[in-house]
Amino acid sequence: MSRLLVCPPDHFQIDYEINPWMRRENAVLPSHAVNQWQTLMHVLEQDVGVGLERMLSVPGLPDLVFTANAGVVAGRRVVISRFRYPERRREEVYFAQWFREHGYEVLTLEKSLYFEGAGDLLGFPDTWFGGYRQRSDIRSFPKLSEIFQREIIPLELIDGRFYHLDTCFCPLSGGELLYFPSAFDAYGLAAIAQRIPEEQRLTVPEDEAIRFACNAVCVGKHIVIPAGCPQTTRVLQDRGYRTHDVELGEFMKSGGAAKCLTLALD
Amino acid sequence: MTALQETVFLQGHIIDSLILAKVLDTILMMGGTFDLQDVTIGATRDAPSQARIVVRAPSSRLLAEILQAIQPHGAAVERDSDCRFEPASAAGIFPDQFYATTHLPTQIRLDGDWVEVEGMEMDLGICVDPAKARARTLPMGSVKPGDLIVTGREGIRVTPLARPRERDVFGFMESVVSSERPHQPVIADIAQRMLKLRVGYRQGQPDTKVLLAGGPAIVHAGGREALTWLIEAGFIHVLFCGNALAAHDMEAALYGTSLGYGLTAGRSVPHGHEHHLRTINRIRAIGSIHEAVRSGVITEGIMAACVRHDVRMVMAGTIRDDGPLPGVVTDSMQAQEAMRAEVQGVGLALLVASTLHAIATGNLLPASVPTVCVDVNPSVPTKLADRGSFQAVGLVMDAASFLKELARELGWRL
Repeated sequence: MSRLLVCPPDHFQIDYEINPWMRRENAVLPSHAVNQWQTLMHVLEQDVGVGLERMLSVPGLPDLVFTANAGVVAGRRVVISRFRYPERRREEVYFAQWFREHGYEVLTLEKSLYFEGAGDLLGFPDTWFGGYRQRSDIRSFPKLSEIFQREIIPLELIDGRFYHLDTCFCPLSGGELLYFPSAFDAYGLAAIAQRIPEEQRLTVPEDEAIRFACNAVCVGKHIVIPAGCPQTTRVLQDRGYRTHDVELGEFMKSGGAAKCLTLALD
Repeated sequence: MTALQETVFLQGHIIDSLILAKVLDTILMMGGTFDLQDVTIGATRDAPSQARIVVRAPSSRLLAEILQAIQPHGAAVERDSDCRFEPASAAGIFPDQFYATTHLPTQIRLDGDWVEVEGMEMDLGICVDPAKARARTLPMGSVKPGDLIVTGREGIRVTPLARPRERDVFGFMESVVSSERPHQPVIADIAQRMLKLRVGYRQGQPDTKVLLAGGPAIVHAGGREALTWLIEAGFIHVLFCGNALAAHDMEAALYGTSLGYGLTAGRSVPHGHEHHLRTINRIRAIGSIHEAVRSGVITEGIMAACVRHDVRMVMAGTIRDDGPLPGVVTDSMQAQEAMRAEVQGVGLALLVASTLHAIATGNLLPASVPTVCVDVNPSVPTKLADRGSFQAVGLVMDAASFLKELARELGWRL
């Protein structure tokens, strides 16, 4: 059974603005946020059938809820993130602590190398892709490649709205890629095309990309996708996936959705 | 002008991701150039690749902008170290590990700053001034005890020549020397350069002198009038030769022969073999070539033109010289020093029909000086072209034909 690391949104709010989605005046409605998160957890546990590991939320760390940015895990090894913005750096110790307490080998990169975990590093069994420029530093990828013995193809993120790779790029279990091409430059698109054949590349339209259609969680043939992305949902269903829409509007105020709220542990 | 440069290092999966291509494209699009060094491609898909890239730009501002633009793609500047140097322990002897120069523009790093090495020439050492603000090349024989001589290879960078902007014969990276190469277009390009250089020289611009290093075949073969005209018309500003060219030129002025052969009749004249000795003897009696011209003994020819037009002359002696003529420098190291002083400010070198003087001059010239080597023997231009200069043109042809054709291109009418 797949396991995901999650963190309840007890302290989730918008305390600062570090991406184009965040507006302090656009306040989170706590009860809505909790309801949306609970629904997501229910779908994941009951409909998709994954196991959930819940870490404790921490007052003053509103974005701890976005566990995708804890680090990246392979087997029993984790490389903990090094956040670009000081606002999120205080999360690092809590993530590291959780993994240490759960028996993982915890590694870190040198402090000057920004790397924001599974938010910027995801891929297929053989090839991983690394998003850089907005948050993670491209120089972190050769080190991660060495640690995990995986090829990591760096992709420059050129649109500030898609500041993490998981906001515009979603590898699926069947080998398809759900992505929003305009978030990448010509070099990145060519590198993607070289690895993923055209018939496997599923393009998300812009109006759904900004509703975080790519920030979906794919487990086996199940895909949990933010609500309001009918076109993408249809494409996925045509490919034989079972889609689960979840309303996640409160988290989108902070620039995250289903994928950002989870971290695959194995 | 030497471009400013910085070395950056790029590693990871830079090939398939097209990151390397993106970095190189960025450098070019911003107006810089690059050299790819030490590219290692990962042996397997998982293995990373790496590349060391020398980035060059015409200004420090543009270089900084380029470095800033490629830095987010992982191209990190490699930190260089200062160069090392040691004091020479004895006169005329470099420290053991001395750095031997090339003829390419070279910089050394002193206290964190890159300093241009002055007087670039191949096969010398580099001497650092005690204030560590300047550096210049130094021949082995000129080292004094305590001179600070650069050692090892750290903190030294050599800039390959950029392809010249002009689209003439010097602008193509050809070092092929062939007797079958059509001469006319090459000579026309050389003439164009010389016209431009003459304008610059007359305006006092730097690096506009034209140097001709020549052998006596110029006189035997009938190139004397053409060369005389080139000098009189202001196209040649420095002449390197030996005892023979000067002796045969003045023999022709006094006797109408070159090594005893009548230059117009084309056959030996009675007692002609003595003419060059009598010429040398006569000039020795007068005291100098300069005086021989001034007093009207030598009235025409290459030497007369040089004296009248203030062409700088270095005559270097050899072991087989007769006389020699007054002014011939018989100490080879002194001759080398004198030639070294005169190549400063040269913007074009014509090395015509003299293996010895052509090679010696070629060794003294920085690679940036366009050089034409003309000889009937292909081995001479080939040897010079092998020095790796982009701007060396070899012509396998007779000296007289070359000089006549060049002079005609420049307006000489018989």
